[in-house]
Amino acid sequence: MDPELIRDCVHCGFCLPTCPTYVLWGEEMDSPRGRIHLMGQHVEGTPLTDAMAGHFDACLGCMACVTACPSGVRYDRLIEQTRAVVEREHVRRPDERAIRALVFALFPYRRRLRAMRLPMRLGRRLRRFLEEVHPSLGAMAELAPDVPRPVRLPPLVRARRRRRARVGLLTGCVQGEFFPQVNAATARVLALEGCDVVIPPGQGCCGALSLHSGREAEARRFARRTIATFERAGVETVVVNAAGCGSSMKDYAEVLADDPAWAARARALRTRDLAEFLAELGPVAERRPLPVTVAYHDACHLAHAQGVRAQPRELLRAIPGLELREIEESAICCGSAGTYNIFQPEAARELGDRKAERVLAAGADLLVSANPGCTMQIAASVRRAGKGEIRVAHTAEVLDASLRGLDPGMLGRSRR
Amino acid sequence: MSGLERLTERLAAALPPDAVITDPVRLRTYECDGLTYHRATPGVVVLPETAEQVAAVVRLCGEHGVPFVARGSGTGLSGGALPRTDGVLIVTSRMRRIVEIDIPNRRAVVEPGVTNLAITEAVRERGYYYAPDPSSQQVCSIGGNVAENSGGAHCLKYGFTVNHVLAAEIVTPDGEIVELSAMDAGYDLLGAFIGSEGTLGIATKITVRLSRAPEAVTTLLAAFTGIEAGGQAVSAIIAAGVVPAAIEMMDALAIEAAEAAVHCGYPAGAGAVLVVELDGPRAEVERQFAAVERICRDSGAFEVRVAATAEERAAIWKGRKSAFAAVGRISPAYIVQDGVVPRTALPGVLAGIDRLQEEFGIRVANVFHAGDGNLHPLVLFDDTVPGEAERAETVSGRILDLCVEHGGSITGEHGVGVDKARYMPRMFTGDDLDTMQLVRCAFDPRGLANPGKVFPTPRLCGEAPGVRKGAHPLVEAGLAEQF
Repeated sequence: MDPELIRDCVHCGFCLPTCPTYVLWGEEMDSPRGRIHLMGQHVEGTPLTDAMAGHFDACLGCMACVTACPSGVRYDRLIEQTRAVVEREHVRRPDERAIRALVFALFPYRRRLRAMRLPMRLGRRLRRFLEEVHPSLGAMAELAPDVPRPVRLPPLVRARRRRRARVGLLTGCVQGEFFPQVNAATARVLALEGCDVVIPPGQGCCGALSLHSGREAEARRFARRTIATFERAGVETVVVNAAGCGSSMKDYAEVLADDPAWAARARALRTRDLAEFLAELGPVAERRPLPVTVAYHDACHLAHAQGVRAQPRELLRAIPGLELREIEESAICCGSAGTYNIFQPEAARELGDRKAERVLAAGADLLVSANPGCTMQIAASVRRAGKGEIRVAHTAEVLDASLRGLDPGMLGRSRR
Repeated sequence: MSGLERLTERLAAALPPDAVITDPVRLRTYECDGLTYHRATPGVVVLPETAEQVAAVVRLCGEHGVPFVARGSGTGLSGGALPRTDGVLIVTSRMRRIVEIDIPNRRAVVEPGVTNLAITEAVRERGYYYAPDPSSQQVCSIGGNVAENSGGAHCLKYGFTVNHVLAAEIVTPDGEIVELSAMDAGYDLLGAFIGSEGTLGIATKITVRLSRAPEAVTTLLAAFTGIEAGGQAVSAIIAAGVVPAAIEMMDALAIEAAEAAVHCGYPAGAGAVLVVELDGPRAEVERQFAAVERICRDSGAFEVRVAATAEERAAIWKGRKSAFAAVGRISPAYIVQDGVVPRTALPGVLAGIDRLQEEFGIRVANVFHAGDGNLHPLVLFDDTVPGEAERAETVSGRILDLCVEHGGSITGEHGVGVDKARYMPRMFTGDDLDTMQLVRCAFDPRGLANPGKVFPTPRLCGEAPGVRKGAHPLVEAGLAEQF
């Protein structure tokens, strides 16, 4: 917890109404301003109490406060540093430790996720039982999506017209295993827009979950491996279609700051969110009409952490026949926030309910979300509200459908 | 066992389970509001959800003789919500329901924790808005606005909070829930309550006036090489009979800060910018706009920009509205001052501020609601440099002296709070202050509602005015401490 960064906060409170936990509970210590105050107390020598750790754990890390802050406080860096301190100094309850061990042994590893397919299908039916065992297990069962058949992507997808760029594609862990059709659509869209897409088969986790949970050493390990993988693939730009992964990859140079050689390698690798990259590249492929109403969901790690708000909307608006609708309170997190909905299921459910209500009020045919965590969270919240299965697609899938002239009715339908 | 401890035990029974905060680490997060210069850890914090709960807490405070302080979003800039270490901090952040929106009668009933902007957001689609607009409007609570009689950029034309509150349900210092209304016959108690800074009770429900959104709004940004030319333009605009919705001025340092924070894109090389907003019927706005543009150019504006879209207007305002917090980008610490001078005295006061900067080696950024002479000098300092905070504090106080000397006031809209209580005698005589105390004592004879604020010396109610009781002169002078 860098005291200089803490001192940047002038206590104006502009962050309060943007903070999901302050919106829920109306307490100072569950607001960014209050949490920064708690960090200050710890830096000044107050030991990390259970209460303090609880307020840090309750932060979603959505970074809405970073967007709102006129003083430029780096809350993103502060909460990352704080989470690492919590990991080092705070002794969690045994059941919390067990759940955390399970999650961090599972999610960053694609093969292990693949092995979860059958248990997940059973898990949904056993949700009540799992909920009794532990609320976090219940949350996992509730969130589990219908997983489609695996899609094998080739190591190289060639540009389908004059080549304009050569990029790497991060396939991600949860995205790759639970939403493989999104990666396939991403590769097709990039190829149709004139990009050679390099998809290194051996790529692992980017380290987002570890980084956002204070597991510094693990995050650095994943970061170095990911950098090396794309260096070997010979690309300078990596396109990422999962908001959380993109935001952590953009932070690699800071994550590896203690190691100048690696930090330099991190800086040499350019990370771009898919929408951001396509907007910079400019469209050349023909957009075919897609008569569908779409509600666009701002993933926090895209809108707040990466400042990517306009680009996905522009891409969607440019599709003939597509009507774009805004979701009220779009800057407030849906409660997914990486592992938050597993570790803090109650708060996550409250936020999910709030989001589901507003998403449904938009009355669109299709919800578009550019982060797998949000997709699962909102779908689960809509199910919980008794409104059945909401159709959710990634920006890439919508573009893919337009470029290939597909029936929009197929978008966001489950493909078990 | 102290009164506070006995009281704390009973609070739990009067409130929902998680509404009483006693953990010392949590309590400290409430130690200050938007003015961090003054800090005090509250004895206990409560988060009531209803007026009845507020009343119950206040009654318990009365029974145990424990002082209480109300707080909304904690954005105040005069330390009005500074807690008492021996008292209860009553936080209204969970009382944030919009109870009723009554468009035909152009009013809304809201709980005190509702933010200022949330009212406008709730009625915007129907063509209405809530007029007073403090720069912190997205976060500051309407309860706090009532306590401080908050203003904002658009108060030049539309008036302050007091002009837009029609009624309030309040909890009196003896724990009674009463209704005050602008329609009441007899004394204007609502008027007395608004701006009383928590010393006459706590508002628990507020009926606000909703205003019709104007047909046309035009915002222009005029850049000048120096602040004098900008000041001349302001006087000329008002003299021409134009009452803009807002006229705001920022000097070079304030522009630099805003630019660093929100990249508002103000004209390069500007020594001062003027933001003028005109609103009303389209024909009138167009006519006034022509006049204002001409006056700005005649006064030496080297660039005049007009916001063509809502986004451009928002960009112009963003620079101005984030100016206070944005100063955090160019200085480690700062004091936001709030003073008023007659418009005509602006040049003299600004020259005086310049002299203070030189004399004390302290930088001052100036942001003002220029139309009504409300200055917000931002006194910058580095709190790690020994002595600099004290020098900044001196400069800040001297600026208020300048305001008073020029026939102005020590506060325009931030309130007196704890920060300016000591400056009250520079504006008022002992008799004036005693008379104000009589009003306070009529509401709060035991002095439990936000004691230590507004008035320079605590004086016990029921005593004959003029007889000094309270802190010993040595305590006041900081030479002794009372335990």
